[in-house]
Amino acid sequence: MNRETQVLKTDAVTVEAEAAEAPPQPQRQLLALTGNEAVAEAIRQIDPHVCAAYPITPTTQIMQEVAQFIADGRMRAELVPCESEHSAMSACVGAGAAGARVMTATSANGLALMWEVLYIASGMRLPIVMAVGNRALSGPLNIHCDHSDSMGARDSGWIQFYAESVQEAYDNILQAVRIGEHPDVLLPVMCCMDGFLTTHTSENAEILDDAEVRDFLGKYRARYSLLDVDNPVTFGATDLPNAYTEHKYQQVEAMKKADAVIRAVCVEFGAKFGREHGMLEAYCMEDADTAIVVLSSTAGSVADMVDTLRAEGRKVGLLRPRVFRPFPAADVRAALQDLTAVTVLDRSHSFGADGGPLFTEVRTALFDAPHRPRVLGRVYGLGGRAITGGEIRALYDEIETDTAPTFRFVGVRE
Amino acid sequence: MIDVINEGWETLPIGGVIPEGGTSAAYKTGDWRGGGKRPLLNHSACVHCLHCWISCPDSAIEIQESKMLGFIYDHCKGCGICANECPPLVKAITMIAEEQFETTL
Repeated sequence: MNRETQVLKTDAVTVEAEAAEAPPQPQRQLLALTGNEAVAEAIRQIDPHVCAAYPITPTTQIMQEVAQFIADGRMRAELVPCESEHSAMSACVGAGAAGARVMTATSANGLALMWEVLYIASGMRLPIVMAVGNRALSGPLNIHCDHSDSMGARDSGWIQFYAESVQEAYDNILQAVRIGEHPDVLLPVMCCMDGFLTTHTSENAEILDDAEVRDFLGKYRARYSLLDVDNPVTFGATDLPNAYTEHKYQQVEAMKKADAVIRAVCVEFGAKFGREHGMLEAYCMEDADTAIVVLSSTAGSVADMVDTLRAEGRKVGLLRPRVFRPFPAADVRAALQDLTAVTVLDRSHSFGADGGPLFTEVRTALFDAPHRPRVLGRVYGLGGRAITGGEIRALYDEIETDTAPTFRFVGVRE
Repeated sequence: MIDVINEGWETLPIGGVIPEGGTSAAYKTGDWRGGGKRPLLNHSACVHCLHCWISCPDSAIEIQESKMLGFIYDHCKGCGICANECPPLVKAITMIAEEQFETTL
């Protein structure tokens, strides 16, 4: 990575000249980066105490770059190369219990192999930050994007972000550290981006100055640490029926508080760095009659079709939740309750359920609304199958018909 | 010490953490003693080799100035390791049926 030196050299002259009068301006850089590269940059800037990981497509590159940063002396983190994802997450839990700031990355079957330990991380209230490149779960074996991996982990007690772009993937990682470590929260955070579509696609992304990232994050001081010998603690003791319920309820309250903390951190991030991401993104929703609700990178294609249809005079909109846990139900209700019909696009399915996980979540959020739109559920893009502009247009056309089934797969061959 | 059984969710330490040391002393594992037997020391036979003390998994051997005093039944789970480890020529520890004792702990 020599992009940084290319950009820095010209700016450095200016900074030296002005150093006498003004404090140095932050050196922000607009770079063409893949999602993996941008996340690796974020991890380098955060420089956590410990990274523990096991490689898996399509997120291998993240920890590969972290290893390079450490070898080049640009990071001080202890990188623990593990023999499996189960071990990687276990090492993260151990380091977290020791009081460390901890990060990792995984995808699909790697996330599945972490399953047991995901609950231990959240149950022990360790604010581990994990980048997830969303990838279909085998079998049959598939390495391409869908959300079956992280959606399966939606009940594991982790905060979940779904990034649309490389820029957002970078910003989410920085914010995740602040959110997870907030004393009211202390929960692990999963920062999802679409496998290949975002992890391997180069986009322009603004990388902040190392110093302003450090200032934004501050130092992490764990509430409890195994290394604090003056205040000895036990992690992982048996929790019997007389206290387990209270510990689970604490996680409920922490998730509720996470909602407020996420909003506050978004506002602070926006004020400092000029990009304010909320709980959800509403596009052309003010006067919309119908809308599509979708997560992650597909929102870009849907927004494009919204522009086309708006030019044709149709009142269509797009709603993209950026945070799935805690689910911003009140915001979704407020955004959708006055519409006539809504289609929710799920990039994974809960077999045997009424629809995909986002669909059931959105429909539940609308149940208490005084007026609610018809809500259709559509499963698309499994195992990396592309959804075309024509298919998205057809979805908007279909919303307006009375005969559309409540649930179906998009583009399944008959 | 944290009163785990009565503490409400707002004050119970998060994550199941026990934020202090030495709490196992207050946890009377003696009532797990399900084998129906507990160890009894023959003081006159004991040579104070402390094999029992070093072998006991529950720190239930009471010693003072390197002398074996007896058992802490509040913590003894009745596993019998002490009786097994007591040297064959000494045999100062015998496992005795619970009903021969007046108290349960």
